[in-house]
Amino acid sequence: MKFTLKVWRQKNAKAKGRFETYRVDGISPDTSFLEMLDILNNNLIEEGKEPVAFDHDCREGICGMCSLYINGRPHGPDDLITTCQLHCRKFNDGDTITIEPWRSAAFPVVKDLVVNRNAFDQILQAGGFITCPGIVPDANALPIAKKDADESMDAAACIGCGACVATCKNGSAMLFVAARVSTLAKLPQGRVEAAKRAKAMVAKMDELGFGSCTNTGACEAECPKGISISNIARLNREFLLAKIQD
Amino acid sequence: MSDPKLQSKIPAGPLSEKWTNFKAQVKVVSPANKRKLDIIVVGTGLGGASAAATLAELGYNVKIFCISDSPRRAHSIAAQGGINAAKNYQNDNDSVYRLFYDTIKGGDFRAREANVYRLAEVSSLIIDKCVAQGVPFARDYGGLLANRSFGGAQVSRTFYARGQTGQQLLLGAYASLNRMIKLGKVQSYNRREVLDIVLIDGKARGVIVRNLVTGEIERYGAHAVVLATGGYGNTYFLSTNAMNSNGSALVQAYKKGAFFANPCFVQIHPTCIPVHGEQQSKLTLMSESLRNDGRIWVPKKKEDVEKLRKKQIKPSQIPEEDRDYYLERRYPAFGNLVPRDVASRAAKERCDAGFGVNETGLAVFLDFAEPIKRLGRKTIEERYGNLFQMYEKITDVNPYEEPMQIYPAIHYTMGGIWVDYNLMTTIPGLYALGEANFSDHGGNRLGASALMQGLADGYYVLPYTIGDYLSHEIQTPKIDTKNKAFDEAEKAVVDKINKIFSIKGKQTVDSLHKKLGHIMWEYCGMSRNEEGLKTAIKKIEELRKEFWSDVKVPGDKAEFNQELEKAVRLSDFLEIAKLIAFDALNRKESCGGHFREESQTEDGETKRDDKNYMYVAAWEYKGENQDPVLHKEDLNYEEVHVSTRNYKD
Amino acid sequence: MSLSGLFLLVFLALHAGLNACALVSRDLYGTVCAFMDTNPLVQLMVPVLAGGFIVHILFSLFVEFHNLTARPRSMQYAVANKSQATSWASKNMFVLGIIVLGFLAIHLVNFWSKMQLQHWIGGEGQNAYDLIVNLFSKWQFCVLYLVWFSAIYYHVSHGFWSAFQTIGLTNSLWIPRLQCLAKIYAEIVFLAYAAVPVCFLLGIRS
Repeated sequence: MKFTLKVWRQKNAKAKGRFETYRVDGISPDTSFLEMLDILNNNLIEEGKEPVAFDHDCREGICGMCSLYINGRPHGPDDLITTCQLHCRKFNDGDTITIEPWRSAAFPVVKDLVVNRNAFDQILQAGGFITCPGIVPDANALPIAKKDADESMDAAACIGCGACVATCKNGSAMLFVAARVSTLAKLPQGRVEAAKRAKAMVAKMDELGFGSCTNTGACEAECPKGISISNIARLNREFLLAKIQD
Repeated sequence: MSDPKLQSKIPAGPLSEKWTNFKAQVKVVSPANKRKLDIIVVGTGLGGASAAATLAELGYNVKIFCISDSPRRAHSIAAQGGINAAKNYQNDNDSVYRLFYDTIKGGDFRAREANVYRLAEVSSLIIDKCVAQGVPFARDYGGLLANRSFGGAQVSRTFYARGQTGQQLLLGAYASLNRMIKLGKVQSYNRREVLDIVLIDGKARGVIVRNLVTGEIERYGAHAVVLATGGYGNTYFLSTNAMNSNGSALVQAYKKGAFFANPCFVQIHPTCIPVHGEQQSKLTLMSESLRNDGRIWVPKKKEDVEKLRKKQIKPSQIPEEDRDYYLERRYPAFGNLVPRDVASRAAKERCDAGFGVNETGLAVFLDFAEPIKRLGRKTIEERYGNLFQMYEKITDVNPYEEPMQIYPAIHYTMGGIWVDYNLMTTIPGLYALGEANFSDHGGNRLGASALMQGLADGYYVLPYTIGDYLSHEIQTPKIDTKNKAFDEAEKAVVDKINKIFSIKGKQTVDSLHKKLGHIMWEYCGMSRNEEGLKTAIKKIEELRKEFWSDVKVPGDKAEFNQELEKAVRLSDFLEIAKLIAFDALNRKESCGGHFREESQTEDGETKRDDKNYMYVAAWEYKGENQDPVLHKEDLNYEEVHVSTRNYKD
Repeated sequence: MSLSGLFLLVFLALHAGLNACALVSRDLYGTVCAFMDTNPLVQLMVPVLAGGFIVHILFSLFVEFHNLTARPRSMQYAVANKSQATSWASKNMFVLGIIVLGFLAIHLVNFWSKMQLQHWIGGEGQNAYDLIVNLFSKWQFCVLYLVWFSAIYYHVSHGFWSAFQTIGLTNSLWIPRLQCLAKIYAEIVFLAYAAVPVCFLLGIRS
């Protein structure tokens, strides 16, 4: 297969970016999208040009490192996958593919297609934990209904890739925050700090320049792990109740 | 007699009392003094994150370094199947001793008894901790925790969170870490790579770090340095490791005087998605948990193999009587749940005999037709849904309808930096945790034990053992990074980077790394022999010269430069490759993941040589163009009866 | 914004009900108009209603500008978002809101200023039924109002369930249900409103 790639190039955070057009040829349909970029980079280096910087690590859809906005969709034209799980067979031979970095004020570009998602860490630092240092009770001392554990796990599948923010027209991180709040809110051991957690995380999210949720549902549609916006409702509930209790 | 340089510091007393005795006697540091002590933790996977969080909770000042943009991205996150613990919640006669024995036996009697027993002892505490952190483990309808079985065990002791156990455990540790970052007890340094370890008066006192965003070289000092950087599986280029996983910190430690133990013990995982072509960048693991229900087979008839390769028939069309469930045939007692090394070699044996089922002849089937019939599709979906989905996304084949194709791939490295009972390396003040050390898995690791070891080391071992060293450091003031030792180490790092840029050769880093991968897979892969290993050593040396004379690294050093990162890592992989080959050549027995063709039984099973090789091979660095020097730590089994591994009956 | 939105949704339904009276008979409509002009509770609610609008508008302005800083113009994608799953209305609530507001001004001039406002300032209100007949005999106004109602339809079809989501009164079961209800609600409101100009233009009523 062959493709024309329009790739966002930006030297560093301060530089002005622009699109560059490249061509790749001889790509097998079974090649993953990132392997195709590896091939592009190998060609660029051999031509004496600078390779395209992009984030990637595990290449099996779990680390949340890869973050490309491909042809108008975060993680490209397929559902429930990360960029590294996208394969060239999803495109037609000869396609033009536009590749952009995540775009949000809270995710500044580091270089080319690499962005800084440190804001996510900061939100979790604000309250995305259960305080439990030292020796703790036996694991089976507290039975938890399977339904609750399963719902907690559904939300816990979040990989922190930032596709929700990237696709949201408001640059809102509500799904990310909601996933963590929900994971812990559904478990009895997480209830103790639930009110404090919801308030602290939402306040941090606002402070870091993420937008407000207007319930477009784009985040859920593009989440590689299919995390439901019902978690956002739960976050709203937790947050409002916490505020009322103040 | 063990080498006097290798003081394992195993406490006296009966095996089951060693850890208790140790804890009773080890010195502790008072809270007031802990506040004055700094610890650097390199790596933020399960070992690093749990250690950093716990040390900070105890009161130490911790600095953490990770190469990714967030600690949460460490490769522990990709572990799928589960974590072992001797809880005996299933009432199936599990116990600390049984977990200990399974681990020692699974490791083919090449692990240190005392360390493994301690691991089994603290395993239960890990599950308690993770539940307290809010890890959503799978549960039964009564609300209690569920378990599944894993390879090499006859009890169900594996706790799991769907197929994302590693992710959930890491998020738990990361959450504790986040809390300590918020409290100011942990300083987090992301997108930074440790390029050297600084020694002052023989003690580890800091690190030299490259800021991967700006390219600046930075210095950090501490009273102790903990390496938790994972394994060196990417030496083979294609592996299930993440693209950025590397062995550079281990190599720096090795070059500074830490001994490297058992490098040839590399685990080849039997259930990975087969290689599809030259453009492939990495291999994807399908969790071992699939072997709980899935059945592994190849056709009995060569003509069926031919038809499969030509895609004339579908695998599901081959009748039951024409299938060879070779694991069930060869190992009736354990069947599809034999340890990984055994399953991998059995797959290779079938493929070498010409029964490989894909175009390359390097694949076998993992079939779910029977369990789907027996348990219903819904149950299988509940257990393995995300793995099936992942398989389909990659291969475009629906595993509910046709069997998966799998083939062994490099997955884990049992070898690593040599550590004593305290997890301290041969450099005072330098510790190694998790996959980065060698201590617990011997010649082969059992499934669901990597997560157990990483968290055991971080939550419950290092926080106790580090007191033994730091209690003597309370008088040491803050480490001054203006010290001459930092100048020298930084200069060495800068020189190395400048040298890489000065080469301006023709070959890209990846193309050289692929070459290394081919050498390693061919000569140091699933089966090894003397001649091949000697060839490997020669070829690795040639490739090393090629690297240092012909590598091409574009861009600038003072910027975000992924090619430079890869080049530095490859230069270190070349050192490790040499070590692997040396160690494999030295160990003239077959043992665990290390299979020497010269040492096998009549039916092709591994043949250990306990008389001559029941030791840990620890290698000392002697200089750039010198061969490494071998030191031996004898393994003394006081409690277990050393036997031949038998998974047949 | 969700609370003011829900409040306005109630008003919308009430107003639609009142309009429907005009379709029944001139007398009935006259009676309800008189009631609205004189009932003290209604007089009290009018400023509250106005307040509801103002709160809704101020919040929407705040959210819109906040979101513009989170994703400034300089950070728009070159390829517009191709996500299929989101509704058009949900992405255009602000614009829809402006359209609704603009027509609302026209509507107030057309009707309210000649009716209730006259009462308040001591004047004599015109007959509402006559106003309807006059206005909707002109097809231009009918089209204008139908465009307005369409905007309301889209705005409500998202706003209805979105309000419940924002105050946390949904879950995975109720999100699709409320989304469905939102559509039904919006459709009923639209039909109830649209029926008036259409019936009067086509002469079904006069």
